Amino acid sequence: MPFFAPIGRSTIAFFTIIGRVALFTLYSVSHCVRPPFFPRQIGRQMLEIGFYSLPVVGLTAIFTGMVLALQSFTGFSRFSAESAIPNIVVVSITRELGPVLAGLMVAGRVSAAIAAEIGTMRVTEQIDALTTLSTNPYKYLIAPRLIAGLFMLPLLVLVADIIGVLGGFVVSVFTLGFNPTTYLKNTWDFMQVMDVVSGLVKAAVFGFLLTLMGCYHGYNSRGGAQGVGQATTNAVVSASILIFLSNYIVTTLFFTQ
Amino acid sequence: MKSDAGYRVPKIQIRDLRKAFGAKQVLDGIDLEIATGESLVIIGGSGTGKSVLIKNIIGLIAPDSGSIMIDGTETTTMRHAERDRIMHKFGMLFQGGALFDSLPVWENVAFGLIQVQRLARPRAREQAIEILAQVGLPPEVADLSPSELSGGMQKRVSLARSIATQPEIMFFDEPTTGLDPIMGSVIDDLIVKSVRELGATALSITHDMASARRIADRVAMIHGGKIIWSGKVDEIDRSGNAHVEQFINGLAEGPIKMQVKG
Ligand SMILES: Nc1ncnc2c1ncn2[C@@H]1O[C@H](COP(=O)(O)OP(=O)(O)O)[C@@H](O)[C@H]1O
Ligand SMILES: [Mg+2]
Repeated sequence: MPFFAPIGRSTIAFFTIIGRVALFTLYSVSHCVRPPFFPRQIGRQMLEIGFYSLPVVGLTAIFTGMVLALQSFTGFSRFSAESAIPNIVVVSITRELGPVLAGLMVAGRVSAAIAAEIGTMRVTEQIDALTTLSTNPYKYLIAPRLIAGLFMLPLLVLVADIIGVLGGFVVSVFTLGFNPTTYLKNTWDFMQVMDVVSGLVKAAVFGFLLTLMGCYHGYNSRGGAQGVGQATTNAVVSASILIFLSNYIVTTLFFTQ
Repeated sequence: MKSDAGYRVPKIQIRDLRKAFGAKQVLDGIDLEIATGESLVIIGGSGTGKSVLIKNIIGLIAPDSGSIMIDGTETTTMRHAERDRIMHKFGMLFQGGALFDSLPVWENVAFGLIQVQRLARPRAREQAIEILAQVGLPPEVADLSPSELSGGMQKRVSLARSIATQPEIMFFDEPTTGLDPIMGSVIDDLIVKSVRELGATALSITHDMASARRIADRVAMIHGGKIIWSGKVDEIDRSGNAHVEQFINGLAEGPIKMQVKG
């Protein structure tokens, strides 16, 4: 059956990768929760992942909020339903666009950087050097990044939510002629705690996944500069796909009864 | 560690060590003993598995079969906690230096002091600067990043890092490769001096014969995954082994055929 052989081979290869990633995840998480911890490394990564991602996340959020207001206005004015704009902006931003766009932007920035850094450390034997200095690379390199991703993404998304709503507000008030007080009041009335919370939960999941993909591909990279380049690409692609996949799963958990 | 008949347990004892990567049998039955306080140099062509041998001894690579005893204790079957304890005995100078490029020079040197010996950072920094002085580097380099240093200086920092925790067993993987002959000789002298001061056992790899003659008490040659000759360093010129003669004289003709494809 020569026809089925390639299908079988790629199926096996697929499940091998799933298994490897699962083992890597379990092993990494087990090191996140057992001492020794490296607070200095965690702080450094929080700064790197959280603070330095603020500009890119902020810019993404403000333009998204602005476009959202503009687009819904041109759509809804046909039904004289302009008053729905504050609602649309706040729901879209907090539920979907804030976490997903922030997640994707940070994936491009952070997953790539992590994969490149850990990958370089792998091919230049710095990871072996850590081990000979009695320091577990899972604890020193991987755990701090996962922890930082898990906690910093929700904070980033909270900032993105606020800036996104602000973007919608600015366009509505200055271009579309809304009354600022009414707009803000409507936003506040329409905003659901559950929308914000679900968005932050998504952010935590994305933060974990995108740092995990950076670590996994970097840690397993082989063969010099080319291997590191490959790891970087794979990290960003797999992180982005996992963000979309997990976004669907978390949405299902929150919003379908 | 003296048993009957005055037989001393070797610091490192390797028996029939085998390791393959895929179809490629890199180590094919290595037998090797290193006595306490001895400096052994392993010579051999590129890609003959010298680095792989060291990584097996340290535990960075798991062998397929065979035995590695450190101070008479089998290490190949060790679990994590035990392995950690053994790891404290080792210091390693990696082939490429392997300095942490996210940390300044002093933190590289003090890494083991901070993480393992739990020294406070200011105290560790002072100590790092002392160790840097031992390898001939001024205090000014302490705050530089490793990438700002020349190759020779990087090797020195690497050496400083590997001796900082005063290990019992030192590994040096091609310490002089890529350096000019004078810097190479300086590094060799530093290695000899550090090993002597620590009273450590040393296992070095090189394919630089001048360097081997300077640091070795004993020389072993690896070829085809086996140790094919070993003897005192002053016996090497009359080894009577065609492989050794070809290697130390750097001859293109002889029993060793260069494999162009690895
Ligand atoms: N992690 C690894 N995976 C696969 N092959 C390896 C690995 N490490 C070393 N090798 C192969 O083993 C052989 C010996 O490598 P090495 O010990 O680095 O040689 P050298 O004697 O020059 O130090 C080489 O052919 C190398 O390609
Ligand atoms: Mg080597």
